[in-house]
Amino acid sequence: MTDAGRHPRIKIHTLSQVVDIKGNVGNFDVKIVKKARYVDEKECTACGDCAKVCPVVRPDEFNLGLSSRRAIYSPFPQAVPSAYVINSHECLGHNPVVCSKCLDACEKKCIDFHMSDETFTERVGTIVVATGLKPHDPRALDEYGFTRFENVLTSLEFERLVNAGGPTQGHLIRPTDRKPPKSVGFIQCVGSRSARRGKSYCSNICCMNTIKSTLVLKEHHPDMAVKVFYIDIRAFGKGFEDLYTRSRRQGVHYVRGLPGHVEELPNGGLRVAVENIASGALEFFELDMLVLAIGIEPASGTQRLQEMLGLQLTPDGFFLEAHPKLQPVDAATRGIFYAGCAEGPKDIKESVTQASAAAVRAIRLMQADQITAEAITSEVITEQCKACGKCAEVCPYNAITVDPKKKIPAQIATAACTGCGTCAAECPFGAITMNHFTDQQIYEQIDTLLAERPEEKILTFACNWCSYAGADYAGVSRLQYPPNARLIRTMCSGRVDEAFIWHGFKKGAPVILVSGCHIGDCHYINANHWTVKRVENVRKKMEKRGLRPERLQLEWVSAAEGVRFAQVMTRMEQLRQGVSSQEIAETVTLLEK
Amino acid sequence: MKPSTTSITPGTAADEPRIGVYVCHCGKNIAQTVDCDGIAAQLASLPDVAVAKGIGYACSEPGQREIREDIETLGLNRVVIGSCSPRLHEPTFRQMLIAAGLNPYLLEMANLREQCSWVHMKEPQAATAKALDLMKMGVARVRRLQALSEPKLPMTQRALVIGGGVAGIQAALDMADNGYEVVMVEQQPSIGGVMAQLDKTFPTMDCSI
Repeated sequence: MTDAGRHPRIKIHTLSQVVDIKGNVGNFDVKIVKKARYVDEKECTACGDCAKVCPVVRPDEFNLGLSSRRAIYSPFPQAVPSAYVINSHECLGHNPVVCSKCLDACEKKCIDFHMSDETFTERVGTIVVATGLKPHDPRALDEYGFTRFENVLTSLEFERLVNAGGPTQGHLIRPTDRKPPKSVGFIQCVGSRSARRGKSYCSNICCMNTIKSTLVLKEHHPDMAVKVFYIDIRAFGKGFEDLYTRSRRQGVHYVRGLPGHVEELPNGGLRVAVENIASGALEFFELDMLVLAIGIEPASGTQRLQEMLGLQLTPDGFFLEAHPKLQPVDAATRGIFYAGCAEGPKDIKESVTQASAAAVRAIRLMQADQITAEAITSEVITEQCKACGKCAEVCPYNAITVDPKKKIPAQIATAACTGCGTCAAECPFGAITMNHFTDQQIYEQIDTLLAERPEEKILTFACNWCSYAGADYAGVSRLQYPPNARLIRTMCSGRVDEAFIWHGFKKGAPVILVSGCHIGDCHYINANHWTVKRVENVRKKMEKRGLRPERLQLEWVSAAEGVRFAQVMTRMEQLRQGVSSQEIAETVTLLEK
Repeated sequence: MKPSTTSITPGTAADEPRIGVYVCHCGKNIAQTVDCDGIAAQLASLPDVAVAKGIGYACSEPGQREIREDIETLGLNRVVIGSCSPRLHEPTFRQMLIAAGLNPYLLEMANLREQCSWVHMKEPQAATAKALDLMKMGVARVRRLQALSEPKLPMTQRALVIGGGVAGIQAALDMADNGYEVVMVEQQPSIGGVMAQLDKTFPTMDCSI
């Protein structure tokens, strides 16, 4: 931590949040809001004189409320930057008449109530997303009486109680009587491995965290009765099994089964009822203290960041990597990398390993002062452009300039174009060529697909980032679906021109599916909004012309939704079976007119 | 050491398309369900197709060598590969085209594994028919593909790290130690994250800070 704080090339913005990111790999403009600290970060020596005189006492978040702090405080002794901070909501000093005692106490005059939030922009070439985790909150479900019984703690609270820097200087005491407990029980999988109570996944760290804690207890209190209630112990890493056997050897009692009931005893102790799966018996234990091994959840800002950067999430809510085996730290968006629990629950060693990997992946791009840009971009055929301005309206990147009033034809800033192709789909005059996904190339694919027995085929447009990847995921998961689906890949569902759909029906397609990323997940900010508009438009026109609009479907499938993709294809097949050859023939005749 | 830049040779998108078509067996991954050699034989008679054949592992070095040699000896100027998802090996095969002196965008891939053999495992006939369609679509598309070039853009040699926990700190230090400037954004008043709250950590059993 201090190494990072002292490093001449690392600039740390604390109390800060990323509020907007524009641009692409090589040149991201990141807008950051830095909240006021009200203490000069560079001048403050963390002497603590200010806190001594502060009259406002509040629970200390770092110790999870097990101790208190003042309104002006240092988060913890080793904090980086080593500077105090004022919580402006708690401080009385905004009205100097009321307080301002800290101002007088600070000899170096580092405190400034007039400091205000700052907004600034940093330009960077690559981004490492290391947003961490949120510990599971057992309050919502009041698991094992956490909110009712004071001597039921979370594993994180326990960490603070045995930490030499914690509220009790590392002496473990019970919250009710502040006496050292004679017996401690750990309950595993709180908030994990249960879709009903918390999350269905394994949080990865809780088994080893508990085993470590039992050893810490046994080291200091060899006579303490330590019990662990578990489903199964997952000690899969290097040296993990050794630690587990050591814990057992030192007399920690492992009971297979999670408690069904916890009640408080008059002395503050807890009576735990467990069905021991190993023995089949219902067992009762009286313990002085219970520790809930809480699981890991995605950090709270995950979704906001995901939307800002156009990234994808797994169904668990963690960030989705570009490839689970071969690109485990890359985001699908070039220049963005994941480190730590942002990508999934992991321990410190794994987080550090992944962080180093992410750093190297970023360096791999940054080591040259130039980067090859996207070749798949769009181009204007100036002679055909009528300067109507529609392309500029739909471009999510403001990469197109056009002046409809002065009739100045459209121009595309290639560096800003990311190749979604929504402009080409929107242009009514065919004046935009979307390279590598040209109209002609796509028509060739449609024609070939429908050349023989079109009535049996399901013409599907799939975007590269979500629905095509979701189809791949269905394959990786070996999910079986009807074999008559034929996918045409485009970079974005926004590339799907209304004309492609009409062309498909004209060539005898019974049904057509347009698929893309969920709204809000679009890899091209919001280009898929135009997909919705176009599909709705075609469906309206179909209805007017006497065609059943159900034959055109729009579905969102994320890269992680293999199951959903297979379901959608099964549903499409049912739809297809409802389209008779007569209906197809009528459509073809109607559209050929 | 200089990075391996993907300098693209302009390559020819010569007027007369000469297409090489390869149907990868992927060991048994595709060949178990799809009659790879059978569809290759059917594809060989399509217009502009100079060669069409099954291939054991297209992505392997011998597989790539075989295609490269065909490009040279048969004067191929476009390539269709039916194999795994382009999301996996498109970069591999584009590099192969570059090595053979072709523009990497004159490649088309048909997804015969993730979107065919693996999802229709119990219907080999239908899967083979689908694979043939996907390959034909690939051939139709590759005829129309054009050589593209990748413009160069400036790279800001500076990184943003969002989050100052153990992962963020490690990533920032590694990049900074390698000479890159790093901007770290942390919403709390101190960096350290959850790790800083932990007591002793396995396996060294030392303090986490």
